[in-house]
Parts: sequence; structure tokens; C-alpha cells
Amino acid sequence: MKEYVMGNGAIALGALTAGVNLVAGYPGTPSSEIIETVSKYPHEGIHLEWSVNEKAALEVAAAASYSGARSLVTMKQVGLNVASDPLMSLAYVGVKGGMVIVSADDPGPISSQTEQDTRRFADFCRIPVFDPSSPEEAYEMIQDAFDYSEKYSTPVLFRPTTRVCHAYASIEIPDEYSPREFEGFVKDSRKWVIFPRLSYNNHGMIEKRNVEIGKDFSAYKFNSHNAKKTSKAIVTSGISYSYVKEVLKTYEDVRIIRVATAYPFPEDFMKDSLEGVKEVLCIEELSPYIEEQILKTAGKFHIDIEVKGKLDGTVPHNGEMSTELASRIISEYLGADLVSKVADTDDAPELPLRPPVLCAGCPHRASFYAVKQATKGKKAFYCGDIGCYTLGNAMPLDMVDTCLCMGAGITMAQGFDHTHDDSYSFAFVGDSTFFASGMTGVVNAVYNEADMILCVLDNSTTAMTGHQPHPGTGRNMMGDIVDKVDIARILEAMGVVRVVTVDPLDLELSIRTVKECMEIKGVKAIIFKSPCIAITRPEKKCGVDTEKCINCKKCIREIGCPALITADGQVTIDTNLCTGCNLCAQICPVHAIGGGSHE
Amino acid sequence: MNKDILICGVGGQGTVLASKIIAASAMDEGNTVHSAETIGMAQRGGSVTSHVRIGEDAYSPLIPYGNADMILAFEPAEALRNLKYLSEDGVAIVNTVPTKPVTESLTETGYDGRKITAYLKDKCSCVFVDSDEVCAPFKSSKFFNIILLGIASGTGKLGIDKDTILKQIEKRVPAKFVETNKEAFITGYGIGEKSE
Repeated sequence: MKEYVMGNGAIALGALTAGVNLVAGYPGTPSSEIIETVSKYPHEGIHLEWSVNEKAALEVAAAASYSGARSLVTMKQVGLNVASDPLMSLAYVGVKGGMVIVSADDPGPISSQTEQDTRRFADFCRIPVFDPSSPEEAYEMIQDAFDYSEKYSTPVLFRPTTRVCHAYASIEIPDEYSPREFEGFVKDSRKWVIFPRLSYNNHGMIEKRNVEIGKDFSAYKFNSHNAKKTSKAIVTSGISYSYVKEVLKTYEDVRIIRVATAYPFPEDFMKDSLEGVKEVLCIEELSPYIEEQILKTAGKFHIDIEVKGKLDGTVPHNGEMSTELASRIISEYLGADLVSKVADTDDAPELPLRPPVLCAGCPHRASFYAVKQATKGKKAFYCGDIGCYTLGNAMPLDMVDTCLCMGAGITMAQGFDHTHDDSYSFAFVGDSTFFASGMTGVVNAVYNEADMILCVLDNSTTAMTGHQPHPGTGRNMMGDIVDKVDIARILEAMGVVRVVTVDPLDLELSIRTVKECMEIKGVKAIIFKSPCIAITRPEKKCGVDTEKCINCKKCIREIGCPALITADGQVTIDTNLCTGCNLCAQICPVHAIGGGSHE
Repeated sequence: MNKDILICGVGGQGTVLASKIIAASAMDEGNTVHSAETIGMAQRGGSVTSHVRIGEDAYSPLIPYGNADMILAFEPAEALRNLKYLSEDGVAIVNTVPTKPVTESLTETGYDGRKITAYLKDKCSCVFVDSDEVCAPFKSSKFFNIILLGIASGTGKLGIDKDTILKQIEKRVPAKFVETNKEAFITGYGIGEKSE
């Protein structure tokens, strides 16, 4: 049957077709829809989970693959950093059942902290990596990835990028598929227990094996070139290959070499592909990985060739590739005009900016505002984290001083406390992030006697990535209702001196709670608990009593809720956006706002 | 058939349904279709685009600049923001009613869409439509996406039969809204037919 799906859907369907037995991952744009697709298609007999983080997901999957089962692990590229500890070791130990780790890269970056390159990670771990250029290819290639993984008993990386993940295409899938039969775990401590001796032996074996894989990859069908006999060639990979083909639709006379497996590098294939070529242009995103491999290959085999790309400044190091950018670079390279004619808009009127903001009625706004009010006139540091609440940095809230990586807000608040005697340290963390990588930091802060306030912004979902369940939600991906893991009880057990749960939409109580916590020594925690507005339906909406309103605009200036607007100079509420959270009503000095759900 | 259609607007305006209907209708007529949506940080109130690429030799998931046969703009500023995608002989169907940024009350921009509409008129071949006016008989702005789709179809430049689209509307909107949506489409179709 034919299915019109996103690239992430194609990856999921490819894994299902390959008979995957276990799927685990942690949400992160652009990878989240892989697990969601598995859950939407028949998957009887498959264990499916959102794990607490990427490290957990990889370890769960490792055991499955030790047992001969096929496993799929999904994450975004920064998630691979979290999973790198088990991955590095697993690369030495190897697997029995095929194991594919999807790590979705995000050139731009569009919604990530870094522009790191999973292909380089594969090289670092010494494991193979596959790089699809379209959803159709992703569907086929992930099945190949499982086969190669089993053939060489190694975990393999699969690296799509945002534009492949989020592109839609028609995929032909079998009407029926089922998880594969597998043997089960066979004990053998010489094989499955990582000791220095095993690492020493396997390190040598892996380096020899990778030479073999490189040769094997040289014959892999997705490593290909168009056989044009020209002295100039273009080498490309991943989505950039699609852009290059788009640019060269009408210009046929140039050799296009496409590398789908960056590591182990298909050296023989490249050597053959460069036959008769005097000059090569490398079009790839993120790091100049293939460019470096070509330089290495040219050096090793004394090939006299000029290599253009990121290293000589022909292609920018940062940001996405695109058809436009590729057309400019390739036109210059080939001395042809391949750039599309585009309307000249230099004289266009200024466009309004539409920056991302916290949604109208978002409870995070109320939590930030309560802390802001409680610390007014006092020196305080506000450490943010990864999630919707990073948007608490925007004016007028201006409540995020730092944001580094998942869970870092907690440990950084501790660091500020140890280096500043005259300040209060706050950490803001979401519920999903708390489970993913916040808990260790809390123990560290308690143990090392930090004086800080942890604000858990608990909206009962993983909002930023599309509302995935997590341990605190009471639901899992097997469709089961499970016991909720209670954040307050975890914090108490960890030795946090005071743990208070408060509804952030009760402004007065929230401010009082923050102030009380500021009076106590040690690690304190406030759980601001109120559900994400995207998973609840508002019962009532707020309205402005224009008789009472003095148009001072304090509501707008203080909290900047998008539902608060001015029409003909009068402050009013956009009822399409208002959720009736009533935060503005509690700020209005003349009590002109009312009607919400939290009165 | 080779057609590139770009749909743009502001999160929450129903652009995604319009793009899904176009893509599915084109496939119903035996075409190869690729599409892409902007997702991620994009959310309610942010700029959104959908790229629909009909035809065998579309490689990039995003429409290359200067290649779109048609832009369906749910908002004037978004039409201008995406004008670089329009081909020289392409047509833009543009809603003249502006959506102010959600931050407007905090930082006034004075944006009212008029300057942009005037600019677009000089720059490219446009069909302008006032969403408030065309939605009035339906007593809800929710039908605007289907009206706009009707206009696109009515211009005869979409390359998809109107009955194919109507069948997809039947399939994709909740049963109780099917009739009103079909009326909305027909209304739009009439406007499109009359446009030059």
C-alpha cells in the first residue's frame, strides 16, 4: 500500500518493514515523529517507549540487540551527546541483532543549540553512518542499515537532517509486516562485559573491520555518480544532493558524485569516481567531513586534484544549504548561470517580525512573573533550560539569564551560588527536562550545600516537541495507564529542605511562596503546577470592563500576553486567544478585568 | 504536470489543511507529489509556509526561489515575505486583511498591510481578496482557507480538477462542516473565475 508520510514517518515505516522488535527514544525536533509514527501504525509485538532520555533509550535497546532483536533508537543530534557514554562503549562491544540509532541533525540550526555533525560522531565512535537525501531513500536505507548492522555486528548511525525529516513523500510499504523472531540473550561474559582486555582486542578488530566496511560501502548502491566524463566534479551528500540535482536539472555536463555513507569512507568508490577529474566542489552541510576525506584520499593515492568547499571558503561553514545557495556556488564554479530569476524586493516596505512567544495563557508566564515580583529590588540569577520556557527570556518578562543544555539550569544555579554571596540563585526546569537530566543536578546541589531555589514548571507534558508523555503524566507509549512518578516526592527524598506545590495562576500565593523560600537556607523547590494550554480547554474567557479600565496598560507592559491587545486605543482581550487564566486580572490595579476560570 | 504551489500565512489560519487538500488532490489525479511544512519553533502566531511540489522532477523538498507557479497567501506581509519564491509568470492570491504580530501591543509597528498590498500590486500578478468580506456570509473566518483554495482553483492555474478537490474536502473536513466547506469552495471558485 502507498502511504504519504513525512521523512520521519518513512524512517519509522522502514524500521517496521525491517521487522524491528524494540523502539526507544527521547523527543527532539526534528526527530520526534519517528516514534509517533510507529505508534500510529500496527506494531503488535513491538516494545515502544519514550525513554526518560537518550542514554536510557540506547541502553534499553542495547540489551534487546544483545539478545538478537532488532532495535531502533531515535533522538536529535544533541541527544546523541547524552547517549554518547553508552554509545562509545557499545561500539567496542558490538551487537547481535541489528541496531540503528537515528540521530537527526539540524543545520541552521533551526531548533537546536548546536550545528554538530553526526557523521563526525560516527567517525569518533568508529561505527558506520547512513545519510539519506529524501524520505523515499530513508525508507529503503534504514532497512539496509539494519542489514549492515547485523552483518558487521555493530550499532550503526542513521543521520537524516531537518529537511529530510520534515519533507513528505509517497512510500510503498508492504500490506503486512511483523517483528522478527529472535534467539534471546545468550550469556557470554567474554563478549558482553566490557573489560580493558575486550576493549584492546576489539579496538584492533574494529579498525580492520572498518577497512572492510569501507570496501563494502564502495559497492553500495546509494554511493553513486552519474558517469559524466568531465574534469570538474561536484561531490555531495544528504539533502544537499537533492539541492544539487535541482540546480543541475538543465545542466547535464558535470560529474555528480554522491556519498551516502560518510564513514567508513568508501575510498575505492571515491578513487574511481575521481578518475579524470581535476577539480572538485564539495557541497555538504555542517562540517566539511567528505571534503576532508577527499583530501585524505587524494593525499594517500597522490591524486592531483583541486578541492573546493568549506575549507577554502567557497561554501559557508554555518547555516543550511539550499537550492539558492547551491545555485550561486555551482554557477560560479562551472561558469554557468544557473541562478533562478527572483523578484527584486530591495525597495519593499518593512515586514512585521513574528517572534516566537509564550502562548496566551501559558502558565509559565505566571510562574516567571511570580518570581520576578518576589525578587524585585534584589540581586538574583535566573537559570533557564531547554523547552518552551526558554521563551521566558523575551520582554517584558526577561527572566532567563542563561540557557546551556538539558538540565544545566539546575547545576548552573548552584555554580552562581558558590561564586556570588550577595545573590539569589534560581533554576527553571520543565517536568520532562527534570526527568531527562534534572534529577542528578538536584542531588549535586543538596550534597554540596548550595543555596538555591529550583522552580519546576510542571505543565504535565513535553510541550515544545509536540506533547509527548513522560514519567509524570501517567501514560506510556504502550498505551498503558501507569503510576505517575511524583516530582514532589522525588525532591523530598533527595533532601530538598522545602518542597512546595503551587498553582502559578494564583499570583499572590505564588509570590508569597517564592518569598518564603528565599528566607530559608539550602536547596528549596517550588513546583508550579498547571497544565499546558494546548492540552486543556478553557472554560471561561476574560473580558475588560471598559467603564473601569483606565487604559494604564499595566497588564500589557508587565506580562506581554498575546491575548492582551489594544483596539482604537482601548485595552481589550482577544477572546480567540484568551484561556481565562486570569493572570492579567490579578495585575490590573483597578480590577477592570474579570470573567476567567481562576477567579 | 509540474507545478509548485506555496501556501503561506500565520500559525492558526488553516494553511496546513489547504496544503494537504492540494497535495492529496494532485495525487488522486495520478501525479507524484512532494511537500514540506515548516514545523518546530513555529507556532500559533508565527510565520508558516507549506511547499507543495507536483511532478516527477522535483528534488528539493522546498520550492526553489523563482519557481512557484502560485502563492496562496493568507496574510499580506507573509505574501511579501515569500515573494522570492514566485516565478516571473506566477500568480499570488493574497488576503488583504493583515494579522498583526502577537507582540504588536507591546511594540507597536503601525503595520496595517496597506503599504504591502500596494507594493505587491506593482511587483507581481496578484488576485486580492478581503477575508472579512468573503467570510461574512459564513459568519466565521474558519472557512477562509477553503475559500482561498476555491479562488486558486477558479483561476484555472492550479492544474487540478475542481471535483477532485471537492472530493478531498469531503474526505478531510468533519462531516457536519462538509456542506458549508463545499459552499465556501464554490464561492471562492466563482471569485477565481472572474479574476484576470
